Amino acid sequence: MMVRIVRYVVGDILRGRIVLGYTGFLLVAALGLFNLGGDATKGLIGLLSLVLLVVPLVSLVFSTVHFYNAHEFIELLAAQPLRRSTLLLAQICGVALALAAALLLGIGLPILLYAPTATGLTLLAVSLVLTFVFTALAFLAAVLARDKARGVGAALLLWFYFALLHDGLTLYALFLLEDFPLEGVSLGLLSLNPIDLARVLVLLQMDVSALMGYTGAMMKDLLGTGTGMAYAMVVLAGWMAVPLASAVWVFRRKDL
Amino acid sequence: MRPLLLNTLLCLAAVSMPAAELHVGPARDYGTIRAALAAARAGDAIIVHRGVYREGNLVVDKSVSLVGLDHPRLDGGATDEVLTITASQVSVRGFDIAHGGSGSLNDFAGIKVANAHHVTLEHNRIFDCSFGIHFSKSRAGVIRDNEIHGAPGRNESNGNGIHAWSCERLEITGNRVSGHRDGIYLEFTTDSAIARNRVTGNLRYGLHFMFSHRNVYRENSFLRNGAGVAVMYSHEVQMEANHFSRSWGSAAYGLLLKDLSDSRIVGNTFECNSTAVSMQNSNRMRFERNLFRENGWALQVQSSCDDNVFSGNNFIGNSFDLTTNGQLELNRFDGNYWDKAEAYDLNRDGIGDLSYRPVSLFAMLVERIPSALLLLRSPLVHFLDRAERMIPSLTPDHLIDAKPAMRPHSL
Repeated sequence: MMVRIVRYVVGDILRGRIVLGYTGFLLVAALGLFNLGGDATKGLIGLLSLVLLVVPLVSLVFSTVHFYNAHEFIELLAAQPLRRSTLLLAQICGVALALAAALLLGIGLPILLYAPTATGLTLLAVSLVLTFVFTALAFLAAVLARDKARGVGAALLLWFYFALLHDGLTLYALFLLEDFPLEGVSLGLLSLNPIDLARVLVLLQMDVSALMGYTGAMMKDLLGTGTGMAYAMVVLAGWMAVPLASAVWVFRRKDL
Repeated sequence: MRPLLLNTLLCLAAVSMPAAELHVGPARDYGTIRAALAAARAGDAIIVHRGVYREGNLVVDKSVSLVGLDHPRLDGGATDEVLTITASQVSVRGFDIAHGGSGSLNDFAGIKVANAHHVTLEHNRIFDCSFGIHFSKSRAGVIRDNEIHGAPGRNESNGNGIHAWSCERLEITGNRVSGHRDGIYLEFTTDSAIARNRVTGNLRYGLHFMFSHRNVYRENSFLRNGAGVAVMYSHEVQMEANHFSRSWGSAAYGLLLKDLSDSRIVGNTFECNSTAVSMQNSNRMRFERNLFRENGWALQVQSSCDDNVFSGNNFIGNSFDLTTNGQLELNRFDGNYWDKAEAYDLNRDGIGDLSYRPVSLFAMLVERIPSALLLLRSPLVHFLDRAERMIPSLTPDHLIDAKPAMRPHSL
């Protein structure tokens, strides 16, 4: 049953123009970055900045708007003998898969053409993960908010916080605590932001020489081995699972 | 006058007697190298045939040439120095030298040359010795095409691959050195040429020299050495077309320059080092046409450095291009290619129309708070850097490249 709903949701989204436009935008931007930079590494650096800002934003806004637009359809299905969790998960999966497809085509193709390196593939993988994380967060915001305006507003606030504000606060905290050993603190602060975790996963490939020059012993152990990568991936998985479970929990009790 | 006359007479005598070939090996004239050495006269050639020779420490105190056929092995049995050369005009080629001893009072070596000139060591393979080749107070020696591999398990007793102390006019070319403490170590060694050596995976420095002036280093590669390359207290050094790569660690440097002056660093490649070049107290240096690619920090220049010129270099894909703890007012950056510069070129002369500031705000932040490094490439950091470049307030005022190149220089 779930698969049928997912198929329907994906088909519905792909008929709309928005995801098509998203794909086109990513494709043009990525090809432009690779061609203008003249160097694959430089293209990847530009693409990283783009991905860290645009992917969370589009995932958040598109998912919230989709949830409200599909309100009648969801009400209709809720009247059927269907579990509510199945219903919501099918919606989330549908949106996430459509956005992931856009990403695979929009930046996956250029990466395979211009920079099929470990760094490039890591960048593609983390942008997929970011899509899933922020789709889940968006659905949580949507089921919690009472109306569309509040829902989209909450989504935008989430984006602003994770994309910019959190790093600013991290930097400020590091300044304040300058005199203390900060390794654990900075790692903890990073773990509180999925965008930071995704960025660090790419850094582990792109800037490994700089990270190896880092003075802290603990961080070096963590970053120098597969442990750092495993840690970031586990925490990112948590960032997907917790909002997802919370959204389902809220939705099951929600008065539609 | 008399010793000179005597020398001349002796030389004439040596020339007048034909040089003999003494063959060493099982079922040859001599069973041991020691016996052949005892019987040889200056100018003779000792031909050593295939086999393993465990003769403890062999001392060569005559001007003979030792030639190994099919790499005969001299085994030190882990107790002795293997070959000690105290005479001039000796050549040793084609030997395998293994299992030298080590001691805390003596620097035991695979081949040690002391107070001898014009000694040539060629095509030898030296394994598991404390020091590989050790030259002291010797001039005009040649160390060519040897392979020297230490046993890293030796730890404290591990010496340097090629070690030269108080020598001049050495030629060190085409050697491969790995697994020693320092790959190539020179102290008070001047007017020498060091070329086409491959120095990899040594515990401390790939190349380390001090008080060694007027040397030329060309086309060597230094890869994955524990702390990279460190050169100190020297002047008039030339480093050309060398390759420095994969020195990883907080105290590892592609090239660490300390109190180096009047030297030229030209056409070298620095790749994937935590810090490509770090400079302290170094003056009147010229950095030209070097490639800095994908290093953590391409240049760390301390404010104690004056009158250095950096021109025509390419900076590509480094995490940070330049950091400093001062203003660097007396140093000049000119016509380099910086991939981070967002420049335009309206008159199409290949030179960016805006001057470029190679020190970023974030680089200075990381100097102060190292753990901020984890914010590298964050969009927020990107915006901060951009704002600082437009209205500089914290980064050094005068530190600019006034003529940044629009495209990478072809090197």
